[in-house]
Amino acid sequence: MTKRLMTSGLALAMLLAGMVGSRADPVDDTLVIDGQEMISRAKAPEGHPFDEVLSGWLFREGETRALEVDSFENPGMLAVEEGEAIWNTVEGTAGKSCASCHDDASVSMKGIAANYPKWDADSKKPINIELQINKCRTENMGAEAYEFDKGGQRELTAFIKNQSLGVPVQLDLTQGDLQSWWEKGKDVYYTRTGQLNLSCASCHEASMGKYIRADHLSQGQVNGFPTYRLNSGLTSLHNRFRGCIRDTRAEFPKAFSDELMALETYVTWRGTGLSVETPSVRQ
Amino acid sequence: MNWRTTITALVFVPCLVAGAAAAEVAPNDVAFGDDGVSVSLTGVQGDVEAGAAAFKDRGLGNCLACHANKDMSKDLFHGNVGPSLDGVAERYDEAMLREIVINAKQVFTSETVMPGFYSLDVGKDVVKAREGQTILSAQQVEDVVAYLGTLK
Ligand code: HEC
Ligand code: HEC
Repeated sequence: MTKRLMTSGLALAMLLAGMVGSRADPVDDTLVIDGQEMISRAKAPEGHPFDEVLSGWLFREGETRALEVDSFENPGMLAVEEGEAIWNTVEGTAGKSCASCHDDASVSMKGIAANYPKWDADSKKPINIELQINKCRTENMGAEAYEFDKGGQRELTAFIKNQSLGVPVQLDLTQGDLQSWWEKGKDVYYTRTGQLNLSCASCHEASMGKYIRADHLSQGQVNGFPTYRLNSGLTSLHNRFRGCIRDTRAEFPKAFSDELMALETYVTWRGTGLSVETPSVRQ
Repeated sequence: MNWRTTITALVFVPCLVAGAAAAEVAPNDVAFGDDGVSVSLTGVQGDVEAGAAAFKDRGLGNCLACHANKDMSKDLFHGNVGPSLDGVAERYDEAMLREIVINAKQVFTSETVMPGFYSLDVGKDVVKAREGQTILSAQQVEDVVAYLGTLK
């Protein structure tokens, strides 16, 4: 009898915990990395479905959040160091490294990644950091383009984005046709995919702040990518996009395809004003 | 062909086909009425235990991903994207529960996040291996509905 009572008490406690989750939403905390305050809540840009844009950091558990506040604790910083080594390594027929042209990244790359994707007049498409790296490799270094997620692409991208740590995300949609790619990306965001028939908005807009299994649904912001995931290590943005699409039981588009570049442009805009947090730590 | 023949064809042909296929109602032939889906998809009484299993199974209903359910409090990680299902059988009768599981969009709005578990009205680019298939089989729907009926 007592045992039975205790069990039902436990069940009730668990249920209450679940209910707290339903209105707990993001934590009321401030992300400070090595003493530098990050903007993890910002007033949403005009036309945004939310009033406030929120970093995914605010939705993670305490232990996960703690790993991001100190760069010695942050497991993603190892990858950033690898990226730094690549920055200084000569590759390709031109005998150059990134540093040959750009010198000290902490000066030349400071704040740069906060404004990507940008318009690329040559390809007449948006270009992100990964594709910009490939452009430099093929056009200026005489090296081969990195394949998706291979050869140091994630590490070098993380290193370059880390030079913008703390700088607020801000796109210039007036460049070239970037605005029309934003529109296309918005369509992708609201299109339901797969057998489960869900869009990005189903999870990150309609269900933001709720729990899907053990996962606290954030706004799905991209300001911390490449991100260090506790289960799978350094994770690129297009890998995350593909994972979320796959979870709807849909075939997913190729990395850097028009569809995902449009999506990156639109989703980056949805995080306007949030600090670049690369490498963020997520579960 | 006048409207009467068209309607006759629409109404009767699927029934005949369904009749031939061991009395199972195909996803596109489900009759959604004002009071839900009153006719069993298979004519075979749902099995409560099998329904509880399909409800929990992450590859089948995966209902706990989105719903809390006190009856399964031993299982970890109940989501709250949808409402708690405690006492759901007191809120809906069998026909409505069947309709919700078959295609929640018929009951709520087309905007609902809940997937249709016996519907071919799905999102784009469905993964090849699942093309043309429903998430649950007709009998699994009946089993889950029988299980939901016990949540009083
Ligand atoms: C079935 C639910 C679901 C759908 C649909 C979905 N996601 Fe996610 N997404 C998640 C979960 C769960 C997480 C991990 C928890 C979190 O950060 O929200 C996540 C995380 C993310 C993150 C990482 C956020 C961070 O702070 O690191 C991004 C970015 C993201 N999603 C973008 C998208 C985009 C874009 C789409 C549509 C193409 C999408 N998601 C569709 C469930 C979903
Ligand atoms: C991806 C999320 C998701 C999954 C998975 C899901 N549901 Fe739901 N469900 C919802 C949402 C959201 C609602 C609320 C309807 C609305 O407002 O759109 C709901 C509503 C319901 C209701 C009505 C509850 C009430 O009190 O009004 C029932 C019954 C139900 N779901 C049963 C199930 C069953 C059974 C399964 C598994 C076979 C399931 N759901 C899987 C999201 C989900």
